[in-house]
Amino acid sequence: MSSEVVQVIKVGIADINVACPPSILRTSGLGSCVGIILYDRMLSIAGMAHIMLPSANVEKKSTENLAKYADTAIDELVRRLINKGVSSYRLKAKIAGGAQMFQFNTASDTMRIGSRNIKAVKEKLQNLKIPIEAEDVGGKNGRTIEFDPATSVLRIRTVHKGEKMI
Amino acid sequence: MSFKDQFTHMHLDVLKEIGNIGAGNATTSLSKLLNRKIDMQVPSVQLIEFDEVMELAGGAETEVISIMLRIEGDAPGSMFFILSPLQAVKFVNQLIGQTSDSVSQLLDSEFHRSALQELGNIVTGAYLSSLSDFTKLDLYPSVPLLAMDMVGAILSHGLIELSQISDQAIVIETLLQEEGNEEEIKGHFFLFPDPISYDVLFQSVGISNHE
Repeated sequence: MSSEVVQVIKVGIADINVACPPSILRTSGLGSCVGIILYDRMLSIAGMAHIMLPSANVEKKSTENLAKYADTAIDELVRRLINKGVSSYRLKAKIAGGAQMFQFNTASDTMRIGSRNIKAVKEKLQNLKIPIEAEDVGGKNGRTIEFDPATSVLRIRTVHKGEKMI
Repeated sequence: MSFKDQFTHMHLDVLKEIGNIGAGNATTSLSKLLNRKIDMQVPSVQLIEFDEVMELAGGAETEVISIMLRIEGDAPGSMFFILSPLQAVKFVNQLIGQTSDSVSQLLDSEFHRSALQELGNIVTGAYLSSLSDFTKLDLYPSVPLLAMDMVGAILSHGLIELSQISDQAIVIETLLQEEGNEEEIKGHFFLFPDPISYDVLFQSVGISNHE
């Protein structure tokens, strides 16, 4: 244990936050949503987004909250990290979430939202040439995740499958 | 007009009445099924942020047992019946006449799972049929699905449709509790009509959404 008090910075649903040591980032109860962490190992700065939907829907009068969508949230996350002095070429990503919580027979869009979210996140990261260092996605379980910018370790807690670090 | 601005007090009262009628009928059927007196609290209808929805159910990371169904037909939406794992065990024990099972047994045993599933079918079916009677709308339940997980992971599923047009959710919430044990919250109903359903619901009871 370090002597410094670890402060947990919460990231809500459709929310973004940035942290550096001794703070850690945390988001709770990811289901079909995806948690995206972008970090700079050299500067020990990290940002986390908790997205709900793949992309902003222009027809449905989407709202202003950039953190809600995979594409806009990642852009916003990069922008905030660069404001903190991070160089975009050093950014790496870890992602978790995108579960299918309920196994319906109908393959409607809403029911497959988890896998659509994962796909959108990966496409966006690829476009920005940000490598995904580790991932824990899909499945049927909810996840609570914690990222420590000091170590770049992502801790994932589930109800049925215990904890793991990636 | 933004999503939240279209709701007046009268609209919220209509939604409260919908919750009242649905959960009232569901509570009665649960009482009969378990042969216990179960009380329902006055439903609350709130327009709140997504994070606040999770707080209502004890915080995003709280482990719960949930029966979820999709409502199809005239006014689509999602419905959740949520119990604490301990309460689910109590209900199942009362239903099948056993006393000794733990939460992990409940989930491992096919028999116990089906008992819980059946309890969920009856309770959610009662909610929906009274809602359908009240509004004279055709509403069909999907097969209810059982899940035990973090409440955030479960309820966020009900927010997907809404989140495409709004950053707030209308939550029609009702609490159940066994009589004589008022401190403990026993169960939650959450109803999340899809955005397209509000007009239909209001019109069904004679209120226009744009007055």
